[in-house]
Amino acid sequence: MTDSAALLNKHSFVELGARQRAKALLDEGTFRELLDPFQRIISPWLLRQGVVPQSDDGVVIAKGRIDSLPVVIAAIEGAFQGGSLGEVGGAKIAGALELAAEDNRNGVPTRAVLLLETGGVRLQEANLGLAAIADIHSAIVDLRQYQPVVGVVAGSVGCFGGMSIAAGLCSYLLVTQEARLGLNGPQVIEQEAGLDEYDSRDRPFIWSLTGGEQRFATGLVDRYSADDVAQIRTQVSQLLHAGVPAEHRSGQAELFLQRLGRLDTDVQIEPAAVRRLYQGERP
Amino acid sequence: MTSYSLRGLRWFEALSGGAKPLEGLPASLKVADLELAGQNMRLLAVVADPDSRFPRARNGEVGLLEGWGLAKAVDDAIEADRDAPHKRALVAIVDVPSQAYGRREEALGIHQALAGAADSYARARLAGHPVIGLLVGKAMSGAFLAHGYQANRLIALRDPGVMVHAMGKASAARVTLRSVEELEALATSVPPMAYDIDSFASLGLLWETLSVEQIEQPTMADLARVTDCLHQAIDEIAGAPRDLSSRLGAPHRAASSQVRQLLREQW
Repeated sequence: MTDSAALLNKHSFVELGARQRAKALLDEGTFRELLDPFQRIISPWLLRQGVVPQSDDGVVIAKGRIDSLPVVIAAIEGAFQGGSLGEVGGAKIAGALELAAEDNRNGVPTRAVLLLETGGVRLQEANLGLAAIADIHSAIVDLRQYQPVVGVVAGSVGCFGGMSIAAGLCSYLLVTQEARLGLNGPQVIEQEAGLDEYDSRDRPFIWSLTGGEQRFATGLVDRYSADDVAQIRTQVSQLLHAGVPAEHRSGQAELFLQRLGRLDTDVQIEPAAVRRLYQGERP
Repeated sequence: MTSYSLRGLRWFEALSGGAKPLEGLPASLKVADLELAGQNMRLLAVVADPDSRFPRARNGEVGLLEGWGLAKAVDDAIEADRDAPHKRALVAIVDVPSQAYGRREEALGIHQALAGAADSYARARLAGHPVIGLLVGKAMSGAFLAHGYQANRLIALRDPGVMVHAMGKASAARVTLRSVEELEALATSVPPMAYDIDSFASLGLLWETLSVEQIEQPTMADLARVTDCLHQAIDEIAGAPRDLSSRLGAPHRAASSQVRQLLREQW
């Protein structure tokens, strides 16, 4: 294949909306959306604050199959309110994961895929968003006892706040170069800690610390993919087939405490220092 | 800077009554095992460590060491009680101003450290440990998700200094493009946006709120009241599901139940 033909064959995943992403990952003809937009389950809190709600509250829940495996996909729409989670969107994700775990207890091996484009809690629904995220954490830990929960951070919003903790609970994580994964958004860090600590306008600096490539190089995610629908689909399928990992990343407290104990904190951190600390001498 | 809260430490000291703290944990964690009226429990508190190697986590914030350290302390209890018929209760004393905001924290994956803590608390609950969050001060955002929010039951002391929220007021104002005054005005009509504990209780997320005499330095009567409440919570947990469903049902959180019901019908 010539380069231009390869380019024409490539389909960007990042530029797809949440619903298209879910469809793109599922086997042809198996996509079935739950609580679709026509049911108009909207946020009860946004209108009274002068924010126009969306009829799916920015979260798409779809059941279907990936290479014949039964899955439920929860896809967050990064274009609606920055992918922030309010009461309804949060409950959709938590509820879907809870039902998937129940499936497994009843002998149906439902897996879950989370498409994460989110700034975290929707501040207009603050404490209900936070509560929903705690429910999501609980449901991931429950479900992943039985089957993998695969998290995908494709970009361009990235995954932050309480949902970055949810990402950290997933059995496996896949990212692209466009992705960022971190607890605190750059603006908030700059506000809380100052410009010297974190310059929110310095994009290369931010990507060098929290971008997909660095997260993969430091072992904080499992897979790194090009922004290509076919490649992402193949890798998600492989992770779903891999079964439950022997040890979850979030269960490795001793290992991470040992690593942090070796860190020289007299100097400010550099991306290369994190790679050395977390991956030893491996390239 | 000595502006950090001492509430978590004071309540830990009062409740632990001189029990020897566990060793081998970061200095910002206070963890001790004790028996209170026949019930084994492990108390866990995050406290300020002004000498922390991580400068952005010196005022009681939940940072890298705190997240992974909590995970270790909880894992240790799960392992020790693996075959025990009665698993010890885990009581998270919550007085956490925020997660740590810093360059090292992001670079080294503070999200993963906090996931470690949330993971361990959730696994402990699923394994049958009664897990209780006792809110004596601030319970903010990611810090609360890592330390307390995975509990079977949440108990809050009624005091203006006991606050639950997703973000501090100044940052929340900036992110939502409002002034702090506008934010406070909205909070009076939108319960999930408020910072006070009674608004939080109206969402159905708390199991109990308790009034005490001296929240900064508990009296003997305060201690007795809280201890009694912990026992009631442990008794109730024993016969209840191990999930977080007890938090559903309040009128201000009706949509959370409605969404779950519709999902179940369409599943």
